[in-house]
Amino acid sequence: MIKIKNISKSFADKTVLSGISGEFEKGKTNLIIGSSGTGKSVLLKCIVGLLQPDTGNVFFDLRNFTEADKEMKSEIRREIGMLFQGGALFDSKNVEDNVMFPLDILTRMSIEEKKERVNFCLQRVGLEGVNKKMPSEISGGMKKRVGIARAIVNNPNYLFCDEPNSGLDPQTSILIDELILEITHEFDITTVVVTHDMNSVIGIGEKIMFLYKGNKLWDGSNKDLTNSGVKELDDFVFTNKIMRNLKGSIKF
Amino acid sequence: MKGFGRYIIFLGSLFVRRETFKTYYNLVFEECVQIGLKSILLFMLVSTFMGAVTTLQTAANLISPFVPRFVIAQVVREMTILELAPTIMAVIFAGKVGSSMAGGLGTMRITEQIDALEVMGINSSSYLVLPKILASLLMYPLLVIVAAVCAILGGYLVGSITGALTPTEYVYGIRYTFNPYFITFALIKSFVFSFLISSISSFKGYYTSGGALEVGIASTNAVTASIIAVLLSDYFLAYLLL
Repeated sequence: MIKIKNISKSFADKTVLSGISGEFEKGKTNLIIGSSGTGKSVLLKCIVGLLQPDTGNVFFDLRNFTEADKEMKSEIRREIGMLFQGGALFDSKNVEDNVMFPLDILTRMSIEEKKERVNFCLQRVGLEGVNKKMPSEISGGMKKRVGIARAIVNNPNYLFCDEPNSGLDPQTSILIDELILEITHEFDITTVVVTHDMNSVIGIGEKIMFLYKGNKLWDGSNKDLTNSGVKELDDFVFTNKIMRNLKGSIKF
Repeated sequence: MKGFGRYIIFLGSLFVRRETFKTYYNLVFEECVQIGLKSILLFMLVSTFMGAVTTLQTAANLISPFVPRFVIAQVVREMTILELAPTIMAVIFAGKVGSSMAGGLGTMRITEQIDALEVMGINSSSYLVLPKILASLLMYPLLVIVAAVCAILGGYLVGSITGALTPTEYVYGIRYTFNPYFITFALIKSFVFSFLISSISSFKGYYTSGGALEVGIASTNAVTASIIAVLLSDYFLAYLLL
């Protein structure tokens, strides 16, 4: 479980996050949702330590990550897998080497063991026979899958996904969402997904945190989404005409 | 001053939370291939022509009957070893290798590849930059030696072909009152220059923010800052060591 307490972050005189607190449960896909520029990615970066919050703390299973020393931070980070918005695959390495990279650096596995693990992960994300392809030779959806394979290759306890559907067609988006959900349940990990994609919210939002202008306005599950009573959330969920017309009759 | 302070902190960050020796060994080897082998042809070409042109221009200027012709080779030797090979090649090194370092790191930054390393618990600056600096320190002095040899050979060829001086005069001039300390001086300069170019270029690339335009700007800034640093250090090294 990941717990955040009173996270605030400002850049120069612009406050991006104001006192965000909440919990992300183990074995569930926890979504951080909200419109663009509302601070979702900044919150995610504060959680994984890419940004230092101005105030507040992040706890990974009761371990205070924000105030941990470098050794402890390094140890916790080695339990983290992350899928970046663009995949963040290393251009100079092929698919196999990209996925194997965390094992090369973080483990003392033999090359055979590493190859076996890489093949398992690639198979798990539905990619076979692309081991030797370079990132420039595969599609956006495949890059995301490789990114997921790399994120889970070292058996992480925590999986973070920053806008996993951005730039993908609706069908591929749903496949990626389902994959994230399956992996979360299969490996019983704490998954945090930042998204503004309503398909993801409806499909995999087991626990949802809604951010609006840097504040947390609501949390709950996708089942409670339509009767939150929060106007800003309603505006976000029922953005398009079809959803507005169906409002009141929708049950996720 | 703020930028200089950040640069010093950046250099300090290269030596904390390092990876295993084997990791660096492989990375340094890869960088040596990138930096050394892939630059050697350009260095040979430029330095050969540089030696040839220096010979012709010196010959055209030393027309006094009181100056023996072997002095042309002596001038070529001193110019090549003291300045042309280490310093002018440093400008080329900054343009080819420095801009490539800044561009590569800048692209890694804006495509979140550096963030990916950090999330894995890897010290990205140490992992990415230290091998580049070590490889530069290893390869640039070798490139300077190759460049010096090519320049002297270039002078020999052109001197012989054009008849500016005979091969015997050229070889005599090259050996006449040779001071081996100048080789040491050139190598000291090449170590300093390679460190400055690789570290400044990496610094500029590593802290790129924005998009493709900023990566281009970072590459340009890396070359400009590296060349200024090389020229300043060239002056101070000459002042201190000669």
